[in-house]
Amino acid sequence: MSAVDTQSNGNGNFRTTEQVDAVVIRFCGDSGDGMQLVGTQFTNVSAVFGNDVSTLPDFPAEIRAPAGTLNGVSGFQLCFSSTDIFTPGDEVDTLVAMNPAALKTNLADLKRGGTLIVNKDAFDKSGLSKAGYATNPLDEDNDSLAGYRVHKIDMTRLTRDSVADLGLSLKEADRCKNFFALGLVYWLYDRDATATQDWIKSKFAKRPELVQANLAALKAGADLGYSTQAFTVHYKVPPAKLPPGKYRKMTGNEAVAMGLVAAAHVSGKELFYAGYPITPASDILHELSKLKNFGVRTAQVEDEIAAITATVGASFGGAFAVTASSGPGIALKSEGIGLAVITELPLVIVNVQRGGPSTGLPTKTEQADLMMSFFGRNGECPMPIIAAATPGDAFDVAREAMRLAVEFMTPVFLLSDGYIANGAEPWRIPDLKDIKPIDFKHIKEANGKDGQYMPYLRNDRLVRPWALPGTPGLEHRVGGLEKSDGTGNVSYDPDNHQHMIETRAKKIAGIANHIPDQPLEGPDSGDLLVISWGGTYGSVRTAVQRAQKDGHKVTLAHIRYLNPFPKNLEEVIKRFDKVLVPELNTGQLRFLLRAMFLCDAKGLNKMKGKPFLVSEVYDAIIENLKK
Amino acid sequence: MSTSIELPVLTPKDFASDQEVRWCPRCGDYSILAQVKKILPTLNIPKEEFVFISGIGCSSRFPYYMNTYGMHSIHGRAPAIATGLKVARPDLQVWVITGDGDSLSIGGNHFMHMIRRNVNLKVILFNNQIYGLTKGQYSPTSPQGKRTKSTPYGSVDAPLTPLSVAIGARASFAARSVDVDINHLCYVLERAANHKGTALVEVYQDCNVFNSGAFDFASKKDQKVENCIYLEHGKPLIFGKDRDKGIRLNHLSQPEVVELGKGGVSEDDLLFHDEKLENPTLAFLLSQMRYPESPEPMGVFRAIDRPTYDDEVNEQVKEVTEKYGPGNLEDLFSTGDTWTVE
Ligand SMILES: Cc1ncc(C[n+]2csc(CCOP(=O)(O)OP(=O)(O)O)c2C)c(N)n1
Ligand code: SF4
Ligand SMILES: [Mg+2]
Repeated sequence: MSAVDTQSNGNGNFRTTEQVDAVVIRFCGDSGDGMQLVGTQFTNVSAVFGNDVSTLPDFPAEIRAPAGTLNGVSGFQLCFSSTDIFTPGDEVDTLVAMNPAALKTNLADLKRGGTLIVNKDAFDKSGLSKAGYATNPLDEDNDSLAGYRVHKIDMTRLTRDSVADLGLSLKEADRCKNFFALGLVYWLYDRDATATQDWIKSKFAKRPELVQANLAALKAGADLGYSTQAFTVHYKVPPAKLPPGKYRKMTGNEAVAMGLVAAAHVSGKELFYAGYPITPASDILHELSKLKNFGVRTAQVEDEIAAITATVGASFGGAFAVTASSGPGIALKSEGIGLAVITELPLVIVNVQRGGPSTGLPTKTEQADLMMSFFGRNGECPMPIIAAATPGDAFDVAREAMRLAVEFMTPVFLLSDGYIANGAEPWRIPDLKDIKPIDFKHIKEANGKDGQYMPYLRNDRLVRPWALPGTPGLEHRVGGLEKSDGTGNVSYDPDNHQHMIETRAKKIAGIANHIPDQPLEGPDSGDLLVISWGGTYGSVRTAVQRAQKDGHKVTLAHIRYLNPFPKNLEEVIKRFDKVLVPELNTGQLRFLLRAMFLCDAKGLNKMKGKPFLVSEVYDAIIENLKK
Repeated sequence: MSTSIELPVLTPKDFASDQEVRWCPRCGDYSILAQVKKILPTLNIPKEEFVFISGIGCSSRFPYYMNTYGMHSIHGRAPAIATGLKVARPDLQVWVITGDGDSLSIGGNHFMHMIRRNVNLKVILFNNQIYGLTKGQYSPTSPQGKRTKSTPYGSVDAPLTPLSVAIGARASFAARSVDVDINHLCYVLERAANHKGTALVEVYQDCNVFNSGAFDFASKKDQKVENCIYLEHGKPLIFGKDRDKGIRLNHLSQPEVVELGKGGVSEDDLLFHDEKLENPTLAFLLSQMRYPESPEPMGVFRAIDRPTYDDEVNEQVKEVTEKYGPGNLEDLFSTGDTWTVE
C-alpha cells in the first residue's frame, strides 16, 4: 500500500482512498444468484481499466441444487493488480456472501482482517438452517466473524427499494441484487461502471424495465458505499504495466477455439470440429459453432466415439480436424484415436481435464489424465502431447498442436484443464503476421514405380504423404489393420509389424528435433529444479519467484511439450541436485521423469479439485531444499 | 454437340484393386462385390470420387478389394467416419459397408443417427444374421432360438428388423435385396447410388460357413417366387409362381394374403406400393412383413426427398458467410471489450 488521500463525500463524512497493488475478491452466493455474471463483469471492467487479472470461477456440478444449500453455492474469485500476476490469489481480501451457505463454505478463505460483505436479509431462519447454522453468525454476540471487517447489509430490501417504481414482480426485483452487490464493490474499488451499464443495456434490450431495474440496483449499491459511514476506506488499484499492445480478456476455452481457427485460416484450410457436450469442454464447441463464416464446420454428434471417428473421416478428406472433450469422453475416444495413429492422419484432440475417475468432479480442475494421454490406448500407440499453461497460452498451444498434427501426420493431444478453460486473463492481441501458416501439401502425383501410389512411403522425418480423395491416380485404402510400410497393403508379416511399431515411435520421438529446447526460469543449475506442466504454471511460477527472491537457488522448468519431451530436458535435470514436481494428481509426470531419466524426483501432489495455492508450492520448495 | 465433359469409359475391372479377395469360397460377399463393381461405371462419376468406408467384419474387408479411395475402420463406426468425411467433402460419393453386427450391435447408435440426419451416403448392410469374422456367434438379426457357438441352447434375444429400425429413424431410402439375385441387387444398388440422402440397402448375404442357407427362402429360384413380393412403385403387391396372390389391408389396416379372383378379389383391392409416401407408416408395415410368418417384400420400400445433413451444414456456412462476410481474424481477436496499453 502506498498513497493515501482523504476527501469529503459532501455529507461531512471524511474517508480515505488507499492505493494497493493487488486485491483478491470473491463473490459467492446461490447458483441462482448470478455470481458468475458479476464476477465476469468485475473482471472485464478491471481488465479494460488496465489491471492484470486472473480469475477462478467455481461452480457447483448441479445446475440448480436446492436453493440456499451448501451444494448450491457458486463462487467467482478474481485477482486484479497493478503488477504482473499469474494466479487468482491464495487468500481473499474481500468476500461478498449473498447467503448463509455461501458464507459457511467460503469464510475460511477470507484472510484475517479482510472485508466481508453479507446480505443480511438472507440470514433468516430457513436460510440459516439450510446452511446448517444453529445460530446466526451475524448476531452481535456471535464471535465467529471476529477478526474481519464485517458489513451486514440488507441487500434484498435495499434492492427492492431501488426498483420499487418499476412494476417488477418480487422475484424479478430480487434477481437484481447481484448488481446491487456489484455496485457496492465497484464503489469500494473505485471502478468505472460504464462497461457494465452498457452490458446491461444490450443484454436486456428487449425488456426496458429490466434495464432500468438493474441499472438502478447497480447505482443503489454504489450510493450505499458513498453515503454510509460504514465504508471508511475505499481502494485504488492502478493499471498494471503490461507490455504495450492491444488487449482483451481471454478464457482458455475461447483461446483454444480461436487458436484452432487461426491455424486453419492462415494455412488456407477450413476447420472441421465434431464434439459431444461435456463440462468443462463444451464452450469450445459453442465458440467454434459461432464461427461459420471462417468456414468452420461443427457437428454435435451422438457421442464421443462418433466425434473422434468423424474427425478421422474429415481428416481423411483433407480438413483440419479437431475434437474436444473431458475425461469420460476422452476415455470413449481411445479406440478412434488408435485408428488415427495407425492410419497416420492428422487431427487434434483437446482434453479439458476435470476431476476423475469416472464422472468424478465435473466442474473442478485436475491434471490426472497425463498417463491416459501417454498410454491410454491399446497396442503401442504413441502420439504427441502438449499442454497449455494459462488461458492465453492456450491460443499458441492450439496452433502448435495443429502444426504438429499436420506436419507429422499424427493425432495430437492438447491438454487443458477446468482451471485454464474457465479462467480468464488479459491477452495481448497478436499481430496477424506473427501467426505463421502451417507447412503442408497434398500429394498430387504418384510417388512409386510405374505410377503406383505408395501411401506409406515416408519422407526423411518418417512422415507419410496426405493424398486427398478426388485426386486421380492416388486411390488407396487406409485402415485399422497393420499396414505394410510403403504400399499400405494389409500385412501380417512379423518383421513388418515390428518395423512399423518402431517406425511410428521413431516418427513421434523425432518431433523433439522440431520443437524448442526446454526454457528455464532461473539459473541453469542449482539446488532445486521445479518441474511443472499445464495449468499449475501461475502458482508454481509465483512460488519459485518468491523463493528466488528469498535467495534460494531454485529454477523452474515448466513443460509445454510432454511427448516427446524437449531434447535437453534430461541434461537440464542432471544439472540440479534435487527435483520437485508439483502436480494436481498423484505424481504422473514425476513417474514418467523417474522412469525415463532415472532421477529421484519428489512430488507435491494435491487432489482437491482446486489449483495450488502459491504458499503450498512455496512451502514445498523450502522443505525440499532443507531435506 | 454435347457440352458435358467426356469421362473415360470405366469398366467393372477398373474398380478391382490388386489385393487378393479373401472371403471363404462361395461366401455371398463375392456377389455383392461383383454387382457393386458392375454398377459404379454406369454412374458417370470419376473413379477417384468414390470412397468406401467400412467397419469391421468379413463384409467390412470390402474396401480393400475396390480400387477407389477407402477406409477399413473400426467396429461399428463407419457411419460416423463417413459423416465427417461427407461434411468436409460433399463433392465425394461415399459408400458405407457394414455388417449386421457392425451396424446394429456395436454401431447401432451411429447407424440410427446417420439415418435421422440423412447424410448423403450409400449404405450396404451385409446381413448374414451371424457374426462371420469372429467365427459364428449370433447377431442382433439372428432369429430367436438360433443355435450358435455362443448360444448352444438357442438364443433368447428378440431380433431387430434393420429396415424397421431405419424407417423408424426416418430413412429417406430403404431397400432390401439378396446377394445372388443379381439383377434385382443391381437394380436396388443403382437406385441407392442415385438417391440423395442416406440410402440403405439391406442385402441378405449367405455366410455359407456359419449360417448356410439362412436365406434360401429368398434366393432359391423355386422358393423365392412364393415367399417374396417384389415391390414396384405404383403397382399392386402381387406374388406367387402364377402371380395369383396378393396383399390386401384388412379392416385393421393389417396386411393379409389374398388369392386373386377368389371371393371376388381383384387387383384393385390390393395394396398398391407407393415408395414416395411422406408418412412412413406403410413402409414400416411392409418392413414388418417377415418370412416365414408372411411373404417378405424385396426392393425399394421408401425413397423420399429430404434435405441432407451435409448439404445443410455447408449451406449454413455459406449463409452465415454471406450475412457476416468472410471471417477476418483481426476482427475476431478484437471481439468484446479491448483496451490498449501504451
Ligand atoms: C471393439 C471391437 N469389439 C469386438 C470386435 C470383434 N469383432 C470383429 S467383427 C465382429 C462381428 C462382425 O459381425 P458382422 O458385423 O455381422 O460382420 P460379418 O463378419 O458377419 O460380415 C466382432 C464382434 C472388434 N473388432 N472390435
Ligand atoms: S465367415 Fe461367412 S461371412 Fe465370413 S467370409 Fe466366410 S462365408 Fe463369408
Ligand atoms: Mg454378420
